[in-house]
Amino acid sequence: MTTSNYSLAELMIVAAAEAFRDNGEVLASGLGIIPRLAASLAKMSHSPELLMTDSEAFLVEEPIPVGPRGDYQPKYSGYMPFERIFDNVFRGQRHAMVGPVQIDRWAQTNLSIIGDDYNKPKVAMLGVRGLPGNSINHLNSFFVPSHNKRVFVEGEVDMVSSVGFKDSRWSEHMRRDTMGIGLTITDLCVMDFKGPDNAARVISLHPGVSFEHVQNSTGFALLKADELKQTVAPTAEQLKIIAQLDPHNLRSKQLKGNPAGVRTAEQV
Amino acid sequence: MNKQMTSAQAVAHLQDGMTIGFGGWGPRRKPMAIVREILRSDVKDLTVVAYGGPEVGMLLAAGKVKKLIFGFATLDAIPLEPYFRKMRQAGTLDVMELDEGLFQLGLKAAGMRMPFLPARAGLATDVMTYNPELKTIRSPYADGEEVLAMPALYLDVAFVHVNRADRLGNTLVTGNDAYFDHHVVRAAKQAFVSAEEVVEKFELTKEEARFNTFERSLVTGVIEAPFGAHPTMCSPNYGWDMKHLKEYSDGASEENGWANYVEKYVQGGEEQYRENNGGSAYLASIPLPAL
Repeated sequence: MTTSNYSLAELMIVAAAEAFRDNGEVLASGLGIIPRLAASLAKMSHSPELLMTDSEAFLVEEPIPVGPRGDYQPKYSGYMPFERIFDNVFRGQRHAMVGPVQIDRWAQTNLSIIGDDYNKPKVAMLGVRGLPGNSINHLNSFFVPSHNKRVFVEGEVDMVSSVGFKDSRWSEHMRRDTMGIGLTITDLCVMDFKGPDNAARVISLHPGVSFEHVQNSTGFALLKADELKQTVAPTAEQLKIIAQLDPHNLRSKQLKGNPAGVRTAEQV
Repeated sequence: MNKQMTSAQAVAHLQDGMTIGFGGWGPRRKPMAIVREILRSDVKDLTVVAYGGPEVGMLLAAGKVKKLIFGFATLDAIPLEPYFRKMRQAGTLDVMELDEGLFQLGLKAAGMRMPFLPARAGLATDVMTYNPELKTIRSPYADGEEVLAMPALYLDVAFVHVNRADRLGNTLVTGNDAYFDHHVVRAAKQAFVSAEEVVEKFELTKEEARFNTFERSLVTGVIEAPFGAHPTMCSPNYGWDMKHLKEYSDGASEENGWANYVEKYVQGGEEQYRENNGGSAYLASIPLPAL
């Protein structure tokens, strides 16, 4: 059963959960509220085989609701401190969904600095954190709450923090098969990098969004997937699981103005 | 054997220009009482190595840092360490920005007395561009793979904070995550460990002893420092102090903000510090964050 009464955040959670489908028994790490709810929804519905932590140091088979826990008692199934997360990364058995500040046509991302001068950046951000290692070792998906040309830049990102498909950055002796790019979920659409030569493709548009609008909001050329669809609406069952996972409705605070999932072209 | 000493005695081992490393992770279990002692000292031109939290920002604000080797610098709930941001954007800071995993391998290499450890992290990114000292190496085996040779991150001195210690240098980390402190102390020529509580000699059960994550032979000095990680978290004893971290962070954008912080929280010593933060009973009541 589908419903038209859902928010854009909920639509994006459901779309992002698809990134974790058929991944096998990998550690699903959603960084940020919407990616975390997406990974949790995936585990609670189509992909129970996923591994998940309590965002601190323990494995859980039942994803922990976001925000203050009240009476909720986590049920632990194993141990996963930071050092073991790295072991897991190096082994390649993880899928992380992160929110980079810039993404380019080669699927390279930036989380470090904005500006032309690395030594005197216009804006210092988080730093590369674990992105170089994550990106070259396991599958990575991207969450973009506001799809625009500042995020999807025209040239290369200001500081390449995660690896992508730009040949000149690789030598012939480096292994490229250990990297993987999953889905990119934005407030306008869902994309992948599975076009010819790993070109970016729009695979579904959110209700009310046109391909032209997405293209005009992106700094590089996009392809249309052969079967360009509308992003699948959440089911009542999925909305119920999301509400359980997010009892304080933190998802309503993640996107500016908490837009409805179904928008007119003017509202987009 | 009695390795117990004061923070001041530990910090007296520092010399200008040394490379020093800190345990903990962001705003979690940082040896802040020792950091405050360093702030009260004259030492300068330090190379600081850390999964950085407020210790990095404070040493930067005090002008004690020549170079920062980091995996990140964050207060978590305040995503970017405020003084780190300020110095970075002013263009006055020499940095070696590393992937979090590479950082670990650098410490591990030092602890193993190896010149480097191989990794893929960093290849095909600007981590290589902006750290020209990082080199790659070809596998000598049939695969011939080209990998990054992460150089050892040798430390002159390491500082970590733990939950319990004894005077011999035995330590327990009873929080949920030991982080990378064992690699930090193993990478260092000398390590000084502050603890919430120091006892004469441990007499532990096997279950308790499993919370020991590095040998006492790595420990030069033990310092009793109740609430010595404050304002960072010391699980399970107390959570991070958001009120304090926010006041500290706001100071970075205020005139004389750092000077005011030093006057209020650093100059008076640790007893005064605890009083100015609401007293020991209050500090013990700061809840652990829901992550």
